[in-house]
Amino acid sequence: MEFNSHVLSVRDLRKVYGPTVAVDGISFDVGRNEIVGLLGPNGAGKTTTISMVLGILQPNSGSIHINGIDLAKNRTEAVGRTNFAAVYTPLPGNLTVVQNLRIFGLLYHVKNLDEHIEKMLEQFDLQKFRNTKTGVLSSGEQTRVSLAKAMINSPSLLLLDEPTASLDPSVAREIRGDIRKFAKHGDGGVLWTSHNMYEVEEVCDRVFFLSHGRILVEGNPKTLPGEHGKRTLEELFITVAREPLTLEEG
Amino acid sequence: MNTSRMLAVTLRQVYLIRGSFPRVLPLFIWVAVDMVLWGFLTRFLNSIANAGVNFIYMFLGAVLMWDFFIRVMQGVTMAFLEDVWSRNFLNFFATPITTMEYVGGLVLTSIGTSAIGLAVMLVLATAIFGLTVFAYGAAIVPFLIELFLFGIALGVMSIALVLRLGPAAEWFIWPIPGLLSPFAGVFYPISILPHWMQCVSYVLPPSYIFESMRTIIQGGQASPVHLALGGALAVAYVMIAFWLFHNTYRHAMRTGLLARYSAESSSY
Repeated sequence: MEFNSHVLSVRDLRKVYGPTVAVDGISFDVGRNEIVGLLGPNGAGKTTTISMVLGILQPNSGSIHINGIDLAKNRTEAVGRTNFAAVYTPLPGNLTVVQNLRIFGLLYHVKNLDEHIEKMLEQFDLQKFRNTKTGVLSSGEQTRVSLAKAMINSPSLLLLDEPTASLDPSVAREIRGDIRKFAKHGDGGVLWTSHNMYEVEEVCDRVFFLSHGRILVEGNPKTLPGEHGKRTLEELFITVAREPLTLEEG
Repeated sequence: MNTSRMLAVTLRQVYLIRGSFPRVLPLFIWVAVDMVLWGFLTRFLNSIANAGVNFIYMFLGAVLMWDFFIRVMQGVTMAFLEDVWSRNFLNFFATPITTMEYVGGLVLTSIGTSAIGLAVMLVLATAIFGLTVFAYGAAIVPFLIELFLFGIALGVMSIALVLRLGPAAEWFIWPIPGLLSPFAGVFYPISILPHWMQCVSYVLPPSYIFESMRTIIQGGQASPVHLALGGALAVAYVMIAFWLFHNTYRHAMRTGLLARYSAESSSY
């Protein structure tokens, strides 16, 4: 019952590479209409966590439930309710925008696919690029295509790994608006990673900081810095990165 | 098995091939060159030799069948490598697709691309050199099926190798048909090989096919035992190949190789 109230429930998740503990028994949830920020310095375990939630990396232990479905027991069903966009996985540049959306729509078995494709093209202002090869688009346009792909199946859980990295502030703002709209008007939730603390504070309802594979602090991004004696989220981030022990002791 | 997901894998290849002349040309150009080269060579051999056999059926027919096998294998590997080159693994395997559906999509692609190659070879061999596959009788059907299955098996084994060792391992897969051809007896009977090479030949399905082809050309009948052995071996190789790919994928999921798949991600 507990799992059904969340779009994502992670319990005691652990991933070890040889002697390195990448993710060390973390537990967290993402609720419906909620945007949760997964923060931390490079190598903290953010991408490893996202990879496990996406079902492309097998955890050593722990459980992941997406919309109440156990990922380990029913990967196809669980993953069918997710989608993702990440700065390090561009869509194939040698296909046009519409071709990419059609292929991923088929992979997610989207009903009325043509209708959905048109809706995504309109929502992300991509109509004029519909027959353009994705690889020749600008960074901002490619990010919009990635987000259109990420929302083609109206996922319950949207995973975004630094979706606005390399975008100019104006385009990044539009993208943030699109993602907020997705979270607030549907019944899905978003797990978001970013190194832009201004953005995180603006967009996320809740954040947690990872350091060395463990969740160090968690809370509302607007009040969290004050709770730990910091003025801004960025200051808190720097403390997590440089002096994590001071926060653990606190 | 979800056909929509399998078709998505195939459709991606259709889009790629349809819009790209450099991808369309290799579907038939090399097999066409082989047909012309071997066609004139066999015509020349027929004109100077009095061996009592038609070299067109002995050699050109064999080249046609061997090239078909290579096209089938490369149909699978090329489709897979398109995903390697465009770093598309994460995008694909983060969807609900299963390994069987993914490989199924590659096999569908291979059916299409190898059929184009086969059609071009048949047209050239028949129209220019007078080769007719009906000369091999009804046995041509099991010949093609067994070569197709073995091509699929080797293709899937090859992509498992690239998945396991990293993109740089693609160079291992191109010479595989060339390495197998001396053992498969494409142009000569297995009996002339040294014993240790014959031992290898006995476990390769094409050996039985090419032996049977030569028997038919010399006026005999294809041995049902040979056809059955070749078929059983081909099916066994297909099963081993799918098992190998699935396990390689599981290994890549456990070790993080899949999540970090790129030119630098392999441990080798």
